[in-house]
Amino acid sequence: MMLVAIVACGVCLVIALVRTMLGPTAFDRVLAVNAIGTLIILGIALHGFIMERPEFVDIALLYAILNFIGTLAVLKLFSTGSLGDAPPSGKK
Amino acid sequence: MMDGQLLVTMFSGFFIVCGVVALLIGSLGLLRLPDVYCRIHAVGMIDTAGASFIILGMIIHEGFTLVSVKLVLIGVFLFFTSPIATHAVAQVAHKSGVVPVGRNLARVAGTKNVRASSETKKRVTKSVRKAKAKSRGTS
Repeated sequence: MMLVAIVACGVCLVIALVRTMLGPTAFDRVLAVNAIGTLIILGIALHGFIMERPEFVDIALLYAILNFIGTLAVLKLFSTGSLGDAPPSGKK
Repeated sequence: MMDGQLLVTMFSGFFIVCGVVALLIGSLGLLRLPDVYCRIHAVGMIDTAGASFIILGMIIHEGFTLVSVKLVLIGVFLFFTSPIATHAVAQVAHKSGVVPVGRNLARVAGTKNVRASSETKKRVTKSVRKAKAKSRGTS
């Protein structure tokens, strides 16, 4: 059952990668990369269950946090043009 | 004892299959839907339904241990952060001027591939702008 799930995760990951390659706007790519991150989290957890080493769940938790922060950071870069500093004057 | 084991396997398998179906539907939508704002729905399906069902299946398979507590943490985190991420994508896309397909869906979806559809979208936005200018001129 876990094997079926991890194969499905791989298939979905390839489909999301196709969308990342031919997404018309940058936001499609951000969205697809976010989906790829979620699928990788699931894949790491399932891999830990298949290999009988549940310590991989810690790595999956770390990836969940990193995925969220990365998506928000890229979106902030798109919207304000800078990371962390005040937005440049003139724009908004 | 044997019956309990069978029940656990059945329930975890059922939830994992539900999650796999949600994942496949979501990724198909991510590939096929015509617009950023439409694809956000598909990604939301992957992030909430697919991930939650698969993690629930893994929790049932594991039982009550430290690993299942960590899986609950992952599930809760994904459940609360993925709507925030998709909402941020929609907000930034709207701010930076991505036009929703809207009523021109049939024209955009009728084109052959994605590159052509983006061309059509540009044309559609141009025609919408022209129509707006015309209506302003007449009124």
